[in-house]
Amino acid sequence: MYHYRSHVLVCSGSTCVTSGCHVVKEAISEEIKRQRLEEEIKVLETGCIGFCEQGPLVVVYPEGIMYCRLKPEDAPVIVEEHLLKGRVVEKLLYQDPSTRKPVPLMKDLPFLSRQTKVAMRNAGLINPEDIEEYIANEGYFALAKVLKSMSPKDVITEIKKSGLRGRGGAGFPTGLKWEFTAKSRGIKKYVVCNGDEGVPGVFMDRSILEGDPHSVIEAMAIAGYAIGADQGYIYVRAEYPLAVKKLQHAINQAYEYGLLGDDIFETGFSFDINIRVGAGAFVCGEETALLASIEGRRGEPRPRPPFPAEEGLWGKPTLINNVETFANIPPIILKGGEWYASMGTDKSKGTKVFALTGKVNNTGLIEVPMGISLREIIFDIGGGIPNNKKLKAVQTGGPMGGFIPAEYITVSMDYESLAELGTLVGSGSLTVLDEDTCVVNLVKFFAEFCYEESCGKCAPCRIGIKRMLEILTRITNGQGQERDIKDLEELSNYIKNTALCGLGQAAPNPVLSMLRYFKPELEAHIRNKHCPASVCTFTLDSSCQTSAVGGVR
Amino acid sequence: MKKIKSIDELINLKEAALDKIKERQLGDKTTIVVNMGTCGIAAGAREVMMAIIDELDKRNISDVIVTQAGCAGMCQHEPMLEIIKPGTPQVVYGHLDEKKAREIVVDHIVNGRIIEKYALVQQV
Repeated sequence: MYHYRSHVLVCSGSTCVTSGCHVVKEAISEEIKRQRLEEEIKVLETGCIGFCEQGPLVVVYPEGIMYCRLKPEDAPVIVEEHLLKGRVVEKLLYQDPSTRKPVPLMKDLPFLSRQTKVAMRNAGLINPEDIEEYIANEGYFALAKVLKSMSPKDVITEIKKSGLRGRGGAGFPTGLKWEFTAKSRGIKKYVVCNGDEGVPGVFMDRSILEGDPHSVIEAMAIAGYAIGADQGYIYVRAEYPLAVKKLQHAINQAYEYGLLGDDIFETGFSFDINIRVGAGAFVCGEETALLASIEGRRGEPRPRPPFPAEEGLWGKPTLINNVETFANIPPIILKGGEWYASMGTDKSKGTKVFALTGKVNNTGLIEVPMGISLREIIFDIGGGIPNNKKLKAVQTGGPMGGFIPAEYITVSMDYESLAELGTLVGSGSLTVLDEDTCVVNLVKFFAEFCYEESCGKCAPCRIGIKRMLEILTRITNGQGQERDIKDLEELSNYIKNTALCGLGQAAPNPVLSMLRYFKPELEAHIRNKHCPASVCTFTLDSSCQTSAVGGVR
Repeated sequence: MKKIKSIDELINLKEAALDKIKERQLGDKTTIVVNMGTCGIAAGAREVMMAIIDELDKRNISDVIVTQAGCAGMCQHEPMLEIIKPGTPQVVYGHLDEKKAREIVVDHIVNGRIIEKYALVQQV
């Protein structure tokens, strides 16, 4: 086998694709050919590194030097200066915004050096289309260990020991879920991976599926062994074509290497995985709706119990976990449950991937131990708020979560502490709001999202959210009435208590959170027809304006 | 591809695959820095470097990083290279060609013997 002197890794997650990484890669390859370096330097694509703000990203090994925000025009400089002459191109390095000094080594970036990567351990380091690179990083060793030396019960005990909780949103203990499904009676059982990641601004599942698909495949096979299933389905939303492509490629490779299919490792254990592509409905991320969608029915939730662990896919016991949850399984098996439980807080163990978006300098994906303070995430990893603006709040949990106002910035990021503040970890979205963001307007946006994504099966969600949206729209147009506050509160509680599934039950969360922390701002909209952040435009009925020529208000 | 049947086969595959991505493993490794300024390239540094990579390859040495640097300011001694081996003195070799480069790989990298007659500077 031929050894290359240097590897150039081009980040090819969807975010970098949209910022033009393919053109950059092409330009670099072209330039390498022109300088006749193609025998010394290998250019390859890798999964999402997480620092999406600075894409397209390129990392040059063996030094581990990262270039960011590259354009195709930069290729000649990089190739001639760095790859040919060995001089790092300073002007293309990441610049620390506080010291204004370039940071050449990827491992020194504050954004990356403060992270603890478990679920995203391989993303950005390996070529996701090459199973051997995954194997080189201990890939499929967990499956081998489980099949050769552990009983299904041992596996479940290990997962329970780790304290891992579902990373999709609800935070249900994963070990318990596995145990319930294992204990359910039935000859046929299924393992389902929920890759229907629909919360706006969240993309860790996509990143894992694109950057390290084998970790999910391996974990599903382990789960299959633990609960006694021989068939798995990965449900991916149709908006993730690249993830579907990479996943399919990975599944094919796993079959080719005998790591899926019949008689894996000659132990008699067989496991198959198929992909199911969703059609873009947000509610299909809800487990019962997702199962209905896999069965080919309309994606609508049904009341639980019975839980999928008892009656899931085609009425058979089904284990359903989210992509990120699965990605944590192989390291837990290899390093032990105690190792995983040593990270995080008392009740929230391990690490969580957060998608950092909004008014923050470094947006992207970060994986941090549970219990890290919000301040550390926003100011140390995220690099603070751009343009010296003040932090107003952080919105967590997406359109069904709540706000953490700036005064609670020291909160520990775990399931319990966030629940106390009336919000949730959810799937891990962190939207940073600065003083220019109008909370009322944002809540209206979330209500709009939930209104559009409601499947319409149950009345509280279908009608209730619409009424909620109507009131909020009125308020942001300057036609709010005094009783709106009371109405919103009452309506929210009704919806929360009576809706059929998680979507409806959680949809009023932003409203309730606004009422809890930002009542003065809401009151200003209603009473003074004034938007403190100057976002909402009010149509006022003042006499001089209505009589203006042309009716311009 | 033959199907993997046992843990041993998986381990073997891992060893082989690790070799494929060894360029990306950071850590305390021996580094060979070839000076690649215009002067170095003109004097034949590229051939020297290719000889080194080839020799490392032949001997299946995977824990050595080959990288380049710019002009060291001693253009009359080009092609030059520097060997940084953790725990041993740094050595700069000069006036190299392909044959000498291969000798350096064998003697210095593999056997740990500094070839004094080619050395320009040796850090004490």
